[in-house]
Amino acid sequence: MQEMALECISARKVFYIRKETRPTAKPSTEWYASPGERDVGGQAVAHAGAGRAEPDAHAGAGERERGAGVGSACAGVRCNSNGCLDIRSACNGGPDSRASRGTGTNGRHRGRLAVSRAVATLFPKSVRVEAVSGVTFSVKRGEIFGILGPNGSGKSTLIRLISTLLLPDEGEIRVFGHDVVRERFAVRRLINRVSVEAAFFKKLSAMENLSYAARLYDVDIRWARERAIDILKRLGFSESKAYEPLEDLSRGMQQKVAVARALLTSPVLLLLDEPTTGLDPVSKREVQDYVLEVRGSHDTTVILTTHDMQEADRLCDRVAIIDQGRFVALDTPARLKAGLAKNGETVTLEDVFFTLTGKALKESRLEEEDYSD
Amino acid sequence: MIELVREVRRSYALVERNFNLIKRYIGWEIVFLVYTVVNTLTIAFIGVNPAGGGGGGGDRVLYLVVGALLWGFLSVLFHEVAESVQWERWEGTIEYSFMAPMKRLSYLGGVCLYAATYGAVRTVVVMLAVVSLFKLDLGSANLGAAFVVLLLSSLSFIGVGLMAAVLPLLSPEKGSQAAHILEAAILLVSGVYYEVDVLPAWLQPLSRLSPATYTLRAARAALLQNASVRDIGSDLALLLAIGVVLIPLGLKVFNWGELHAMRTGKLKRSG
Repeated sequence: MQEMALECISARKVFYIRKETRPTAKPSTEWYASPGERDVGGQAVAHAGAGRAEPDAHAGAGERERGAGVGSACAGVRCNSNGCLDIRSACNGGPDSRASRGTGTNGRHRGRLAVSRAVATLFPKSVRVEAVSGVTFSVKRGEIFGILGPNGSGKSTLIRLISTLLLPDEGEIRVFGHDVVRERFAVRRLINRVSVEAAFFKKLSAMENLSYAARLYDVDIRWARERAIDILKRLGFSESKAYEPLEDLSRGMQQKVAVARALLTSPVLLLLDEPTTGLDPVSKREVQDYVLEVRGSHDTTVILTTHDMQEADRLCDRVAIIDQGRFVALDTPARLKAGLAKNGETVTLEDVFFTLTGKALKESRLEEEDYSD
Repeated sequence: MIELVREVRRSYALVERNFNLIKRYIGWEIVFLVYTVVNTLTIAFIGVNPAGGGGGGGDRVLYLVVGALLWGFLSVLFHEVAESVQWERWEGTIEYSFMAPMKRLSYLGGVCLYAATYGAVRTVVVMLAVVSLFKLDLGSANLGAAFVVLLLSSLSFIGVGLMAAVLPLLSPEKGSQAAHILEAAILLVSGVYYEVDVLPAWLQPLSRLSPATYTLRAARAALLQNASVRDIGSDLALLLAIGVVLIPLGLKVFNWGELHAMRTGKLKRSG
């Protein structure tokens, strides 16, 4: 029976994210608009504005300023998708401004709003987010296992659970039989990770960063330096660049150093969290080729998260698609595609992804990542 | 034994890394050093001619200089240890460093070793500048006893630093600020530039909780009054006791803070 590199049984991780849920100011006619101070859209307009309300030329997409009249550069009500906000007092209100004096109904409303905002700032609301929800899977030794999912779907949380940086709330995760909670130290000896952002001391050179990594993992420093050069060359990285501060190198080059750093410690389980994001096509292909080479020559099991469907199709023996913390599919790329194909039509992994997650890739990329992914 | 050697080698990773960083931030290092030298000289000049005149002289200068030098050393030690987590988070390396197969004791040991070495080098440079300008007479100073004070106070300050290092793990945004408040409180109550009896009565009990109080009292006795190790034995014993209690306690608190961060997802660059 083939040895299991990873067993993940009903893993669950919940975050409580503190969010400052600012109350939005819904403008209404009772605020501060008097007859004649109203723009064509029915929004309250600036007291200072004598002229016709025009959208502000400086306002960005989805955000425009209403009611800026003649002689007033910024007076008006700024609106976006969350509602509108009176900015008159900030710009030119001053002590004489009707709004800033806070008289009458308008003043009371503004006062309440200010208090609500202060309370929201002091006591942010906790929002419960189930980042990983009852995920079960196993990875065989030597396998390349892909995890596909949109931003915020739980991919990186899963990787961080496996890499002992997070404690699961429920379930069990074992790396070569070692529990990631109770035997953290043993697990850490077996793994290494490349994260989506090349996390380095950017003032230090590639070689200084790699030396640091080698010492942390107690790898012989001379051997490590020679091996680091070999790996970097193999990834198309010139030796002379290895001694320049990383901040002077492109993101693609930094990501190659991150791959070299992970491989330097000869991990038996390699966690690649979007390792080729931001790389040009040539660099991407070099990294992908090297991952395949490492799997072939070093008995390394790889868990790869990616947005790149072609990459997953090319590299992965099996693929899991994760959405809102749950696996919605798990099989070989060929079987996943075959499952969707009708009447002999050609189906890509991207089609499978869209069908199962119900999201356009473009939309998923625009999603805000507000916790760990 | 082999495992111990490995852990020491891993600790050295932190020392080497931080000295490499100093080389890269050399401009800032020079600025900080020059500022510290000038600051210490300024404090020493107050001793030469205090505001309002009278009472100045060699002993007063030395009294203030000892305070400035020791505080310089201890605050560097405290800063480097207390901000080690925040520094990793700022650089974006916290996840990488914390998932390495390294005992936390070794990690923090490396940070402390670097901090003590770096602090000592800086203090010696500042001391040379001050001594050369003020022609301070250290003929009657017991330098050996002062060194013992420095050694034992390092232990206690490392303990305090370890407790403070956990704060950025608990609160990524406010933890570092809290560490600075703690440092400021120690500066106020420990008698760095004055005797603690000038403090208001309600503040004086706090001075007894600060290891810096015993450090300064013992160091001044050794340097100004030629006190021997035996003479300052009670202060040294207190410093040792504080270190012996605070270092394991600091490690325990740090481990607890790390587990909390792992549970709540704060062990990452953005918190």
